[in-house]
Amino acid sequence: MSEAATDVQAPPEPQKPQRRRKSWFNLSEGGGVPMLVAPTLILLAIVIGYPVVRAVIMSFQKDPGLDKATGLFVAGGPAGFSNYTHWLLAQCVAAGGGTTTCPAGNLGSQFWTAMFNTVFFTVVEVAIEIVLGLWFAMIMHRKFHGRGLLRAAVLIPWAIPTAVTAKLWYFIFAYDGIANHILHTHILWTAGAWSSRFAIIFADVWKTTPFMALLILAGLQIIPDDVYEAAKVDGASAWQRFVQITLPLVRPALMVAVLFRVLDVLRIYDLPAILTNGGGGSGDATTTLSILVIDQIRQGFNSAAALSTITFVFIFLVAFVFVKFLGANVIETQEAERKGAN
Amino acid sequence: MPKRRKLAMVAALAALTPLAACGGGGGSADQGANLDSRGPITYVQGKDNSNVIRPAIAKWNKAHPKEKVTFKEQSDQADQQHDDLVQHFQAKDAGYDVVDVDVVWTAEFAAKGWLQPLKDKMAVNTDGLLPATVKTATYNGTLYAAPQASDSGLLYYRKDLVPNPPKTWDEMMADCKIAKAHDMGCYAGQFAKYEGLTCNITEAINTNGGSVVGDDGVTPTVDSDEAAAGLQRLVDAFKDGNIPKQAITYQEEQGRQAFEAGKLLFLRNWPYVYKLAKTDGSSVVKDKFGIAPLPGVSGHVPGAATLGGHNAAISVYSDHKATAHDFLEFLESQWFQKFELTQGSLAPVREAMYHDQSLIDQFNYLPTLLTAIQNAVPRPVSPYYPAVTKAIQDNSYAALKGSKSVDQAMKDMSAAIKTASSS
Repeated sequence: MSEAATDVQAPPEPQKPQRRRKSWFNLSEGGGVPMLVAPTLILLAIVIGYPVVRAVIMSFQKDPGLDKATGLFVAGGPAGFSNYTHWLLAQCVAAGGGTTTCPAGNLGSQFWTAMFNTVFFTVVEVAIEIVLGLWFAMIMHRKFHGRGLLRAAVLIPWAIPTAVTAKLWYFIFAYDGIANHILHTHILWTAGAWSSRFAIIFADVWKTTPFMALLILAGLQIIPDDVYEAAKVDGASAWQRFVQITLPLVRPALMVAVLFRVLDVLRIYDLPAILTNGGGGSGDATTTLSILVIDQIRQGFNSAAALSTITFVFIFLVAFVFVKFLGANVIETQEAERKGAN
Repeated sequence: MPKRRKLAMVAALAALTPLAACGGGGGSADQGANLDSRGPITYVQGKDNSNVIRPAIAKWNKAHPKEKVTFKEQSDQADQQHDDLVQHFQAKDAGYDVVDVDVVWTAEFAAKGWLQPLKDKMAVNTDGLLPATVKTATYNGTLYAAPQASDSGLLYYRKDLVPNPPKTWDEMMADCKIAKAHDMGCYAGQFAKYEGLTCNITEAINTNGGSVVGDDGVTPTVDSDEAAAGLQRLVDAFKDGNIPKQAITYQEEQGRQAFEAGKLLFLRNWPYVYKLAKTDGSSVVKDKFGIAPLPGVSGHVPGAATLGGHNAAISVYSDHKATAHDFLEFLESQWFQKFELTQGSLAPVREAMYHDQSLIDQFNYLPTLLTAIQNAVPRPVSPYYPAVTKAIQDNSYAALKGSKSVDQAMKDMSAAIKTASSS
């Protein structure tokens, strides 16, 4: 209602200037924009659009089946949604046609375990990294001698390539490794279900907390000192200053950091692939969605395409929720930073 | 705005069309093409760690100046080699003329129609080759590749503690009290969940008279009492500590290190360990170990070791198959088979090499290795090998850890293999 009211009260629109012919190359009038963005759009279409579309198309094709007479593989034909039900409902093709529940040892039976593992890693790792990252960032934010040295030191785990990190922790968590030596234990770290998950989380948190801390540090640095001084004058305690000033003001930067890390962990492949080979427990306690995709690629591309499409949609939805409802907005944060800098 | 969006769509579609035309598999037309054609070819193989291939190709090129072979070296990771080959075959790349394939990939590549059947004009003489190695290269009754190098599981034992190596599994388990007396582990193989586990499990199954798949490479035969008894032996050994519990995390290297550190009485491993255990600075067992064929069931027949190794195959997309064929025969030749042993310590596929006294003097494990290979059984020759090995690994691993009964593991293994082939 009120909208209509304002409409009525709005001043009459100024007369439109006469439309001039836009030239495709005349940049001063905004006419060249399509030409300028076209190279980027074409490049994106090739490197991102094409694989995504192709994967969706492939996911509705059956994997090649064996022609019993010749012993050769022949194209599988249209699959409908069977590649998707294979993963989501763990349905496999039965010997005589029809469907049956995928038996253990078939990748279809591992989808929900992999989904659980991936989400579990994401939630636990990101939660720990928020706390540790905030703590590291607060320390690095203070002015003291050797701050540069500390910042450089904190960065080291992040600078080591993941494959190297994974191999490093593989040796540490080996039966004859340092972890058992220091703790005086005889734990088979990479063989137990929860010990192998712990190993993955420990190694990944060790590696990526610096990244989190740096992004949060950038957020801390744009909070003006006078806000804290004013709060001090008003008699706010250190805890009150942290909860009521630091946290709300660092939140945009924090949300972006969390978004990056959540998307990272949802796609995690290299660390568990090298550290535990997806094993532990009864053999799949650290298998993530990405590991499952790679396993399936060796058994059939089309089914793997369905799985990667499911993974893609899942991660896309998570990112969407973050940006839309939780306010993790990369662009707004950048603008806020620019304002802060001014 | 809508206009701009339309423009972007057009641009995107224009970019997509030429790419969307890829795909399709190998046809039988390719198998008949270029059979008499000669010219330069490319040989593709994983990393040439011990410098065998380069000198061999140099020798070939000197003798065949018009049919020179170029060496394309892949990485040293088996998975990466596999994926690289698949990509080039899918692209029908004529640049991959002769490819080196792991024994377990041969059936898969043959069933995809990527390998030239070695019959008629392309036939390769397999007389004098070890039969088990020829079997790894045969799919559906047709030879698709030429065995190039072999490999087989062996039993390493501490001859200072056990003068006579055990001939049967039961004897070996009885010897475990010696290990206990010396406060060391008794037996270990490769029991982490990876391809090595498949090797160890199929060894146990085959030794006990079971099998994994039938002759067609597709029908599961693993749900049998014999096969179950094989897996049961390993499960029991884990349970009573004859296999130390940390062996569930062992790949080849961890087992070798434990053996060289004197922590193991028996070790199942590949021939490469022999030289290392003799020469490694950290090895405390340099003169204290011997090798034997794997223990069997009855004592008359040694265990059925798993066969490793590589076969050389001709791509159906090759432009110069006559040259490729001659190069395959060159890899089978006495000269090359001897050279790969002396230069790279690889196990030859030609039986005569194992009886050559000058070679035995140099490599005194050869007679034992021959016995092992003669009794060896290839891993399942199946076009669905990746699914088969996954079924074996997942279920046997759960059984070894005690989270699944042996009977259930065998049933699931069988069901998972059946599912793979009925999709």
